[in-house]
Amino acid sequence: MVVSRRIVLTGPGIIWILALLVIPCALLLVNSFFERGIYGGIDYILTSENYVRAIDPLYAQIFWSSARVALITTLVSLVLGYPAAYCIALMPKRRQLAYLILVMLPLWSNYLIRTYAWMVLLNSEGLINKTLLGLGVIDAPLPLLYNDFAIIVGLTYAYVPFMILALFSSISKLGPELREASTDLGASSLMTFWRVTLPLTLPGVAAGSVFVFVLSVGNFVTPDLLGGGKRTMLGNLIYDQFLTARDWPFGSAIAAIVIGIMMLLLTVQAILVNRRDREGTAA
Amino acid sequence: MNAHPLKSWLGAHLGLVYVFLYGPILVLVALSFNKAGMPTVWSGFSLEWYGKLFENQKIIHSVGNSLFIAAVATIISTIIGTLLAMGLEERRPRVATEALIAAPMIIPDIVMAISLLSFYSLIKLTLGAHSVILSHSAFMISFVCAVVRTRFKHFDRSIIEASIDLGASEITTFRRVTLPVIAPGVIAAALLGFTLSFDEFIIAYFTSGPSAASITFPMQIYAMIRFGVTPDVNAVATIVMLVSFFLIFLSQRINREVDA
Repeated sequence: MVVSRRIVLTGPGIIWILALLVIPCALLLVNSFFERGIYGGIDYILTSENYVRAIDPLYAQIFWSSARVALITTLVSLVLGYPAAYCIALMPKRRQLAYLILVMLPLWSNYLIRTYAWMVLLNSEGLINKTLLGLGVIDAPLPLLYNDFAIIVGLTYAYVPFMILALFSSISKLGPELREASTDLGASSLMTFWRVTLPLTLPGVAAGSVFVFVLSVGNFVTPDLLGGGKRTMLGNLIYDQFLTARDWPFGSAIAAIVIGIMMLLLTVQAILVNRRDREGTAA
Repeated sequence: MNAHPLKSWLGAHLGLVYVFLYGPILVLVALSFNKAGMPTVWSGFSLEWYGKLFENQKIIHSVGNSLFIAAVATIISTIIGTLLAMGLEERRPRVATEALIAAPMIIPDIVMAISLLSFYSLIKLTLGAHSVILSHSAFMISFVCAVVRTRFKHFDRSIIEASIDLGASEITTFRRVTLPVIAPGVIAAALLGFTLSFDEFIIAYFTSGPSAASITFPMQIYAMIRFGVTPDVNAVATIVMLVSFFLIFLSQRINREVDA
C-alpha cells in the first residue's frame, strides 16, 4: 500500500528523467561507436574510429588549448572565490544567506545578456578602453575583446559563483576551534591557513574546480561571443560536429570524453572527501 | 589578534567580487537609457531605445514564444516535480535515486542538448516549441523537486497519518494538509523553473528545429549579438534582467516566509 503510493508519486518524475536524460545520454554513447553516414546521418557499423580521431594531433591540440583556457579560468575563480567564500563563512549565520544569494543571483539570469555586458565593456570603443584613453594611461585602445583574455574573463564571470558556493560549503563546516588551536600553539596566521584551513577545505576546492573546469571546457557561447570564434573549445567542437559538419558520431565521442573527464575528476574529489572524513573520525 | 585587519581585507575583497559580478550588469542598465546608440559616450537620458524595442517584431515574437514555452514547461515540471518530492520524502531514497534526480542539474548543457537532439532524431520527433518544452521540463523537474523538498524538512509526517486515520481521503489529505505546508515551496519552485526556462539558450538552440515559431528570446538575442555590440539589445536586456532578478527574489521570499 505504502510502496504503491510511493511509486505513483515518484513514477512520473523518474520516467521523465529516464526518458529525457538517461536514455538520450546512453544513445549518445552508443552513437559515438558508429560511423558517420554519407549525408550526415549515422551508419550503424561499429567502429572506434571516432575516439582514434579525437587523439589526432589536430584535435589533441584543441583538447590541450581548451584545457589551458579552462585551467586558467579555474585558477582565477579559485583566487577570486576563496577569500570571498572565507569572508562569508566568517559572518554570523543569519547574514550568510543574503550574501550567498547575492553571489548566486546572476546565475539565475540570462547567460547571453551577461556575456553581452562584457562585449560592451571590453570592445575597443568600450567603457574600459575609453576610460583608460581618457585618463591618458594608454595611447591606443587595448585589444581586450576577441581573444583568450576575454574568454577567460567571461568564463570566470559566469562560473565564479559556483566556485564560491562550493568553497563556502566546505569552509563553513570548519569550526574556529582548529584555527584557534593552531594559533595557540604558536603558528602564524599564514602557517595556520596553509597547514590547517586549506588542507581541510580541499574537498571544496576540488568540487568547485571540477565544475568550473568542466563547464568552461564544454562552453561554446563565450568563445564564440567574446573570443570572436578564434579559439575552439571542446564545446565549439561539439557544436560544429552537430550543427555544421554534421558528424554526429564524432561529436558524440567528444561529448563522451568530456563526461568521462568530469566523472574522473568527480571520483578524485569523492576520494578526497572520503579520506578527509576518515582522518576526521580517526582524529 | 590580527583578526581585524584580515577581516577588513577579506571584506574589501568580497566587495570587489560583488563589483565584478554586478558592475557589468549596471553598466548595461545605464547604457539602455543612453541617448546615443553606441555605448561609448554618455549623451543624455532617453527612453528612445525602450520605444524602439516595441517596434522590433522579431524580439516581441521571440519573447512571446519563450513565455509560452516557459509557461507550459513550468506547469508540467511543477506537477511532476512536486509529486516526485512528495514521494521521495516518504522514505529515505537510495543513493542511486538521488544521483539520478540530481543528474539533470549537474550535466553540462551542451551534452544534454546534443543527447536530446540525437534522441528526438532517433524517435523521429519533429522539432518545434513542443520539443523545447519537453527538453526544458527534463531539467526543471530536478530544480522543482529540490526546492519543494526543502519544505518537508520541518514537516511532521504524522499529521498526514492522523488525517487519513480520521477518515479523510488521500486527495482531501493532500489538499487540506500537505499542500498548505508545501505551497510556498511549490510556488517558489514554479517561479524558479519559469525563469530558468525563459533564459535557457543552449538546449533550446539545439532542440527547437528550423521553425520561426520556436525561436526563443535567448536565440533571438544570440542572433543579434553574434557579430558585435548592438544598442537595440541594451533595453530588452535590462527589462529581462530585472524581471528575472525580481522573480528569483520573489521565489526566495515566498519560500522563506514560514521559516521566519
